[in-house]
Amino acid sequence: MNASLPIADRSARELSSSATAVPAARQKRHPALVRVTHWITTVAFLALLLSGGEIVLSHPRFYWGETGNVNTHPWLNLHLPSSRDTVPTGYGYVLPDQNGWSRYLHFQAAWLAVGTGLFYVLFGLFAGHFRRNLFPAASDFSMKELGGSLVRHLRFERPGKEEAWSYNVLQRLTYLLLIFVLFPLMIWTGLAMSFGFTSEFPLAVRLLGGQQTARSLHFLVTILLVLFLLIHVLMVVLAGFRNRMRAMITGRVTPPTE
Amino acid sequence: MSNISRRKLITTGLAIAAGASGIAVAAKVAQHHGLIPPDAGGLYGPGETLTYAAQRLLARHSLAREFSPSEISKNPFANEVDPLGGEFKRFQAAGFVDWRVTVDGMAARPTSFSLAELRSFPTSTQITMIGCEEGWTYIAEWTGVPLAYILERVGALPQVRYVVYRSIQPDWWESIDMADALHPQTLLTLRMNGSELPVPFGGPVRVRVPRQLGYKNVKYITRLTLTDNLKPFGKGLGGASPDGGYAWYAGI
Repeated sequence: MNASLPIADRSARELSSSATAVPAARQKRHPALVRVTHWITTVAFLALLLSGGEIVLSHPRFYWGETGNVNTHPWLNLHLPSSRDTVPTGYGYVLPDQNGWSRYLHFQAAWLAVGTGLFYVLFGLFAGHFRRNLFPAASDFSMKELGGSLVRHLRFERPGKEEAWSYNVLQRLTYLLLIFVLFPLMIWTGLAMSFGFTSEFPLAVRLLGGQQTARSLHFLVTILLVLFLLIHVLMVVLAGFRNRMRAMITGRVTPPTE
Repeated sequence: MSNISRRKLITTGLAIAAGASGIAVAAKVAQHHGLIPPDAGGLYGPGETLTYAAQRLLARHSLAREFSPSEISKNPFANEVDPLGGEFKRFQAAGFVDWRVTVDGMAARPTSFSLAELRSFPTSTQITMIGCEEGWTYIAEWTGVPLAYILERVGALPQVRYVVYRSIQPDWWESIDMADALHPQTLLTLRMNGSELPVPFGGPVRVRVPRQLGYKNVKYITRLTLTDNLKPFGKGLGGASPDGGYAWYAGI
């Protein structure tokens, strides 16, 4: 076989006998860069979630403003056992201290996530991924389109076969919210807690309303991200777990045959 | 072997060689400019080095945020320390008149300063936040002798790269690089909120490094050692915190 033959052509030939004729250019569901960054981000996010959770356990209370400690009133007390005996939890025991490795892991995973995200955003901007796959078409913004998509989601309907090849409008909006609002907010509120960082960029924490507000927002956005993860996985299961996983791992899908 | 796999092999080999030598060169340059933390070895070394190097490159001379007197916390939290030893209690009973801070290591004039001497030195006052790695914070007014003044007074040698500081409490010590040691907000703190520094907050002498977390702000200071090498101290990682699994650099 000629080594210079494009992969898409090759797969088009393999698939030409299948029932559904799909344009050759769309044989690949996800480009390699999207797949690789997706899974690196997954690993980094799970590491951040685990280590972040461990860190919260050393002080499972949240405050607004600049300052907050066990002598001040929290707006949110998680009522969890703590890894510090200085925190009044109401539990008769103290959890083992995990903050050493948790903090090391948290920041290493944060670097990995931010670096990967940077690659992804550059790719999205310059290779047309955002334009093609994420920005909804103007026609998607009618009440009929949005409402219809919402209703289909709320009914847990399996996606139509056209969705094997692209994202629906709610999916696009959710991913855009994640990529351009929630992830940047996570990075911002995280950096706003760093004394080294805020010494150079004091506005980063001033604009948020203080060190403890940054910490509280970091926690609240985490909840939104976990919510996203749960719904994301649920949707993958509903849409066909094996096929969607194969698409995100190998890049290819089995074309819908119905 | 087909063309494509040979080409792949060659380009992959070249890429790996270029990457490896690139990293080696970057590590050499970073080492030379003091951008590698002492706990850079091990699993979390890359992240730790990135954080430390990035903050040193971006924010070597920046000042920690200062606050207005109205923002001083009414309910600061001292945190707990291990039970104070008999030696400390004897100093405390005598009003700390015999407390001394010894400065040794790479100094032209190693000296032991009494508390009275420290109090007679020029002081600096700041209203800054102290934050614990656990997540809580408070704001206080701190007054003390800038560490830079002490270093000048003992004639710190030009090759000094770290200041190791020790508490009277056993196994409580940390170290900072010169960016923090010579930083105008780094103090041997003697007073807090207009009074003598209370014992629970580290009195009579506490190191204040407001660009780093609370655990670098060691209480009950008795000794400073100027050095160009942290290897001989403890496990060689630069402090009791890294010896116990916490990061040496606590600017994040």
